[in-house]
Amino acid sequence: MSESTEARLSVFKTYKLYVGGKFPRSESGRVYEVNDAKGNWLANAPLSSRKDARDAVVAARKAFGGWAGATAYLRGQILYRVAEMLEGRREQFVREVQDAEGLSKAKAAAVVDAAIDRWVWYAGWTDKIAQVAGGGNPVAGPFFNLSSPEPTGVVTIVAPQDSSFLGLVSVLAPVIATGNTAVVVAAEDRPLPALSLAEVLATSDVPGGVVNILSGRTAEIAAPLAAHQDVNAIDLAGADEQLAKELEVAAADNLKRVLRPQPVDWSADPGTSRLTAFLETKTVWHPTGSLGSGGSSY
Amino acid sequence: MTNLFEYAPAPESRAVVDIAPSYGLFIDGEFTEAADGKVFKTVSPSTEEVLSEVARAGAEDVDRAVKAARKAFEKWSALPGAERGKYLFRIARIIQERSRELAVLETLDNGKPIKETRDADLPLVAAHFFYYAGWADKLDHAGYGPDPKPLGVAGQVIPWNFPLLMLAWKIAPALATGNTVVLKPAETTPLSALFFADICRQAGLPKGVVNILPGYGDAGAAVTAHPDVNKVAFTGSTAVGKEIARTLAGTDKKLTLELGGKGANIVFDDAPIDQAVEGIVGGIFFNQGQVCCAGSRLLVQESIHDELLDSLKRRLSTLRLGDPLDKNTDIGAINSEEQLSRITALVETGEAEGAERWSPECELPSTGYWFAPTLFTNVTQAHTVARDEIFGPVLSVLTFRTPDEAVAKANNTPYGLSAGIWTEKGSRILAVANKLRAGVVWSNTFNKFDPTSPFGGYKESGFGREGGRHGLEAYLDV
Repeated sequence: MSESTEARLSVFKTYKLYVGGKFPRSESGRVYEVNDAKGNWLANAPLSSRKDARDAVVAARKAFGGWAGATAYLRGQILYRVAEMLEGRREQFVREVQDAEGLSKAKAAAVVDAAIDRWVWYAGWTDKIAQVAGGGNPVAGPFFNLSSPEPTGVVTIVAPQDSSFLGLVSVLAPVIATGNTAVVVAAEDRPLPALSLAEVLATSDVPGGVVNILSGRTAEIAAPLAAHQDVNAIDLAGADEQLAKELEVAAADNLKRVLRPQPVDWSADPGTSRLTAFLETKTVWHPTGSLGSGGSSY
Repeated sequence: MTNLFEYAPAPESRAVVDIAPSYGLFIDGEFTEAADGKVFKTVSPSTEEVLSEVARAGAEDVDRAVKAARKAFEKWSALPGAERGKYLFRIARIIQERSRELAVLETLDNGKPIKETRDADLPLVAAHFFYYAGWADKLDHAGYGPDPKPLGVAGQVIPWNFPLLMLAWKIAPALATGNTVVLKPAETTPLSALFFADICRQAGLPKGVVNILPGYGDAGAAVTAHPDVNKVAFTGSTAVGKEIARTLAGTDKKLTLELGGKGANIVFDDAPIDQAVEGIVGGIFFNQGQVCCAGSRLLVQESIHDELLDSLKRRLSTLRLGDPLDKNTDIGAINSEEQLSRITALVETGEAEGAERWSPECELPSTGYWFAPTLFTNVTQAHTVARDEIFGPVLSVLTFRTPDEAVAKANNTPYGLSAGIWTEKGSRILAVANKLRAGVVWSNTFNKFDPTSPFGGYKESGFGREGGRHGLEAYLDV
C-alpha cells in the first residue's frame, strides 16, 4: 500500500463562496490566485462581485428572523457544535493556517486551538449577555421597566487581513452569538481558511444564510456592502485606514453601527465589546397598578 | 366517562438502561465499598421491586470523600476557567446523549412518569450543565468583582423528588466556579447520581472533583458538619434546613438552603379558565405534587369559584394514574412508603378538621405506593392542609374577594418559595407580584424552570438562589 500512496496524485479542492447555506462560484465567473506565505500557488479563489455581495445580504436578511428568534440556548448549542466540528478538522485547519500565515506547525496549531476555544467562549455568551448587558430599571413610579439587548440585524464583517482564521473567528462568532446574521469579506490574500470554515458551519446546524462568506478584493466587495440599505452594521476590522474612512462615510447613509478597526491581540481574552457592538437595547415599560398597602407587611 | 379514554399500554422500554445488582460509593474517581461494609436497597416505588443494592456511606466515608475533594481542589481551582468549562460542556453533551437511558432510570428509581423525566428533568439537567459551563471562563463578568475565587470543598445534600436535576443544580455551578464536591443523594433515589459518576468518568473529569456518597440522613449530617467543608448546599425539608443552620452556626461555612413551600396559586375572575385549570393541574400534580414550589394552595376569586371547580374536577377525571414508564401516564407513584404515609396522615387530618375531600374515580395499582389526585374545598387558613406542606398530589382550595385579600392570604405562611397569578390584566399581575413574599412568581403559567432563571425562597423556604447569574454567588467567596 505504501508504494501506491507515494505515487498517488492528490485531489485539489475547488474553493467556493458560501451564500445562503449553499456553495456557489462567483456569479462573475472570476477567480484570483491565492499563494502561500512563500509565494507558492495554493488555489484559485472566487473573486466576488457586487452582485455576489448583494446576494449575500439577501440571504442574511432572510435568515435573520429565524436566527434572532431562536432561543439563546439553541444558538449556544449550535455555536458549541461548530467547535466540535472544528476539533474534528483540526489538522486541516492547521495546514491551511500554516500555508496562509507562514507559521510553524506548532504555532498554527496554537492558533487553531485558540479559534476552537473561542467558539466555546461565545457559545457560553449567548444566554448570558442579556444578564450582563440588560436588566430591570428602578424607575421612580409604578412601572415595571426592563431593558434587554436585541441583535442589530445584518452585519457586514471585513475580516482581519493578518489573522486569517483566529481573527476571523474572533469577529464572526460574537456577531452571530447574539442573533445577528453576517456577511463576511474574507482576508483578501488569505481567504482559504475562511472558505473552509464555511464547510464546518454548513455541517454544524448553523442555518443557511446566518453566515455568508465572500472572497475577493476587500475594497471592491466592502464598498457596496457599506452602502447597502439593508445592512445594519459593519465591522471594519480588516479595512486599512483609507478604506475604513470611506466605508464609514458610506455606512452613515443609513446609520449603520460601525466598529472601527483597532489593533487587537487575537490571542487575548476578548471581553464583551464585540458582542455589545452589535446589540440594540430595548426598554419595555408596563404599569404595575396599585393594590394599596394591604398584604405587604408579612 | 372512564371508558372514554381507554388507551392501550405504551410502555417505554427498560432495555435502554442496565442497572447493576450493586453499586459502591464514588470517592476519588473510584467506586468503593463503605468503610463499615453497610449497604441498602433501592426499590422502584411503582412496583416495590428491588432495583439494586447500594453502599451506605457513614462518617468515615464522608471523611475520605472530603479529603479526596480537598486534594483535588488545588488543581481544579487553578485550571483556567475555559478548561473547567470544557469539562462541563462535555458532561452536558454526554447527558444529552444518554438522556433516554437516564430518564428511564430516574422513572424506575423515583416513580415519576416517563413523560416528565424525558421532557422536563433530563432536558433541564443537560441545559443546566451547558449554562454553567459557559460561566466558568466569564466569572469576571458576573458582577462579583474581578477574579472571584471559589470557596473550596462543597458539601451538598439533595432530595429525592428531582434526583438528577437537583444534582445538576448543585454540581454545575460548584464546578464552574472552581469548587470540588461531595454530594449525598437521597436514600430512596441514589441511582441517577451513581450513573452521573460514570458520566464524570466518560468526560475525563479529574478524580476527586466529584464524589458521590449514597446514604441516609446520618451521612448528610456528617457531610454538612465536616470541619473541612467550606460550603454547604441543602435542598430538602425546612426542619432539616434549620438543623443544618444550627450546626453551621459559628463556623466560616457558607450556606444556601432550598426548603419547603406552600405556594399560592391565585386565580382572578378575569382569568382564562381553561388555561388556568391546566396551570393549576400542572402546579400541583406535576411530579405527584412532590415539588417544593408546588401550587398547593389554590386561591380563587369567589365569583368564579363554582365554575372553576367544575372545570378542575372535570379535568382531574381525565388524568391517567399508573405505570410511570407508560408514555400516557400523568400521575406516577409516590416516592416511598414513608412519604405515602405522611401524605395519608395529613389528608386524614384535613378531613377530621372539616375540609371537604374529593378525588376523581381512580383505580390504584395493587403494588407500589400510590395516592389519588385529591382536592380539599371549604378550606380555611386555619386548616392544617392550608398551612403544612403536604408534598403530595393534594390541593387545598380557598377563596378571596379582593386583590388585597388574595395577597394577604397568599403571604399568610412561614414559607415563601413560589406563587402563581392568573389574570388577563398585566398591571394586576405586576401589582400582585410586587406584594408577594415569594422567590418565584409565575404569571399565567406555573412550574416553569430554566437554567438562566434564579430560583429560591423567601422566609422559611430558605435562602440563596440556584440558577442564573445569581446562582454563582453561592459558590464564590464574595
